[in-house]
Amino acid sequence: MSYLNISNVDVVFPTNNGAFIALREVHLEIEKGEFIAIIGHSGCGKSTVLNVVAGLLEATRGGVLLENKEVNSPGPDRAVVFQNHSLLPWLTVYENVRIAVDKVFGKSKSKAERHDWTLHNLRLVHMEHALDQRPGEISGGMKQRVGIARALAMQPKVLLMDEPFGALDALTRAHLQESVMEIQAALNNTVLMITHDVDEAVLLSDRIVMMTNGPAATVGEILKVDLPRPRNRLELADDPTYNHYRAEVLRFLYERQRRPEAA
Amino acid sequence: MSKVIALATVLPVKSERPESSLPVPLAGERIVTPAANAERQPPAVPIQALSPPVSRARLRAAAIARAIILPGAVFLLVLVVWMLVNAKITSDIPTPAATWARAVEIFGQPFYVAGPNDMGIGWQVLYSLGRVLAGFALAVAVGIPVGFLMGASRDVHQACYPLVQILRPVSPLAWLPIGLLVFQAKDPSAIFVIFITSIWPVIVNTAAGVQAIPKDYLNVARVLRLGKLEITRRILLPATLPHILTGMRLSLSVAWMVIVAAEMLTGGIGIGFYVWDEWNNLNVASIIVAIGLIGLVGIVLESLMNLAQRHFDYNRR
Ligand SMILES: Nc1ncnc2c1ncn2[C@@H]1O[C@H](COP(=O)(O)OP(=O)(O)O)[C@@H](O)[C@H]1O
Ligand SMILES: [Mg+2]
Repeated sequence: MSYLNISNVDVVFPTNNGAFIALREVHLEIEKGEFIAIIGHSGCGKSTVLNVVAGLLEATRGGVLLENKEVNSPGPDRAVVFQNHSLLPWLTVYENVRIAVDKVFGKSKSKAERHDWTLHNLRLVHMEHALDQRPGEISGGMKQRVGIARALAMQPKVLLMDEPFGALDALTRAHLQESVMEIQAALNNTVLMITHDVDEAVLLSDRIVMMTNGPAATVGEILKVDLPRPRNRLELADDPTYNHYRAEVLRFLYERQRRPEAA
Repeated sequence: MSKVIALATVLPVKSERPESSLPVPLAGERIVTPAANAERQPPAVPIQALSPPVSRARLRAAAIARAIILPGAVFLLVLVVWMLVNAKITSDIPTPAATWARAVEIFGQPFYVAGPNDMGIGWQVLYSLGRVLAGFALAVAVGIPVGFLMGASRDVHQACYPLVQILRPVSPLAWLPIGLLVFQAKDPSAIFVIFITSIWPVIVNTAAGVQAIPKDYLNVARVLRLGKLEITRRILLPATLPHILTGMRLSLSVAWMVIVAAEMLTGGIGIGFYVWDEWNNLNVASIIVAIGLIGLVGIVLESLMNLAQRHFDYNRR
């Protein structure tokens, strides 16, 4: 049995015009330490999959097993990095991470240990210089870094990221991708990341899950990315294998799952 | 539309600071973008020659002068109109000079006590402030929880919203007879009127604040498995505080207006009754002095609320 098992998940939303089938028979098995990217056109149901794994949304049929235990509510073992960073604006950078540390390790770690652990995670994302700033005072990229630190600080079994860099400019996004690769190499987290960026998917992940268009979206194809790590975006730019993977994903998105309105 | 969005609840949204900021021009320096450059080729006159550098100190001096001269001019105009009214329409309106003399007299002894119905203007203001603060505090104590419930629960919102909508536009003074009947006393009735005045903005703004909490914050709370109490203390309260303070600021300034009218009706000690009493004695100069004082106290209340808002509002810090 795999580490994280998304097992034949259907999600149906009741709407004013009747039931809307968002997902049908989504099945995915993820091993410990794997980095999975989910890619698909906007609105196909990627966030819905992630929310089911997070426990924020209940599957209509099927379910999610983490280490053979059924997931039925949200919890810090499945930390989420939200697209809009979702830092609490009245707390400082330090406090935004500390609130998670206190909640998760309130009983198991001493106060000094929790302080150190908070700083440690902020150092991982290179944010130790802005401890006392508030989210309103730092850039979008920095906010996303703090969001990642907060998630990492929970020591989750699975790190869930919903288009974490979608709102950032290309350069900032590249910096954050490097940070994520660095951290993943060091900690060997299990990561499920949603993206709509083909390069990001190929660069970061071990497998790319390509979703079909909704309604009733499901897993269309899974592409195994067999590129050695550490990966370097400059070297990979001319790498034929890399470009082959890239082309595969593009072909899936723009030939097989071409959006009707884009035709 | 079922959402309560009061105009005043629209909070300033701070724009995100960009990762790399544009170069900031220093005084006298111009940033010429390539496009702008192409349009203006070649510049006929050197820019520097057109606008000679003005020193910062002189700009500041000019700004200060404007801040004094412009309001001063309006003030003078008001004085002129006032004197014209005195000279041409009715001499019952005292001259500015006579009013000033009366003000000096009144403020010379603001806290005298010559009997239960004859006290200095300082006492009058303090009694009115006391009523305002009592009614306001009660309104906050009741309004915030009610607003929270209305913001958090669809059903409570649906149940209470029509009532709030009907009662909100009613002049709070209309409640004075009800207060007098129920409490059989003037003081509690005036406080009751202030309570009614203050409660609607607090309820409406609190409810709007709770409804405006981004879902992401609540999702964060769920992932962290915060308890109900922790969610209220660490997420709901701080997230809605700016809205609550907006409601409180609105309430307080209206309450200060309403107390004057309420006291005119109830009598007793208070700045409102003072105005009414002086009218009965045809002491118009005292009334004009009281008007000025009421305005000043209003400004002080407003700035205190602004201070509180700045202190607690993470958006403005
Ligand atoms: N709460 C909901 N109620 C009704 N429909 C929803 C709800 N959440 C999402 N949907 C619909 O489900 C589909 C998938 O949404 P989502 O998972 O957010 O897409 P993605 O993240 O891939 O852009 C969309 O068509 C969306 O409109
Ligand atoms: Mg999405």
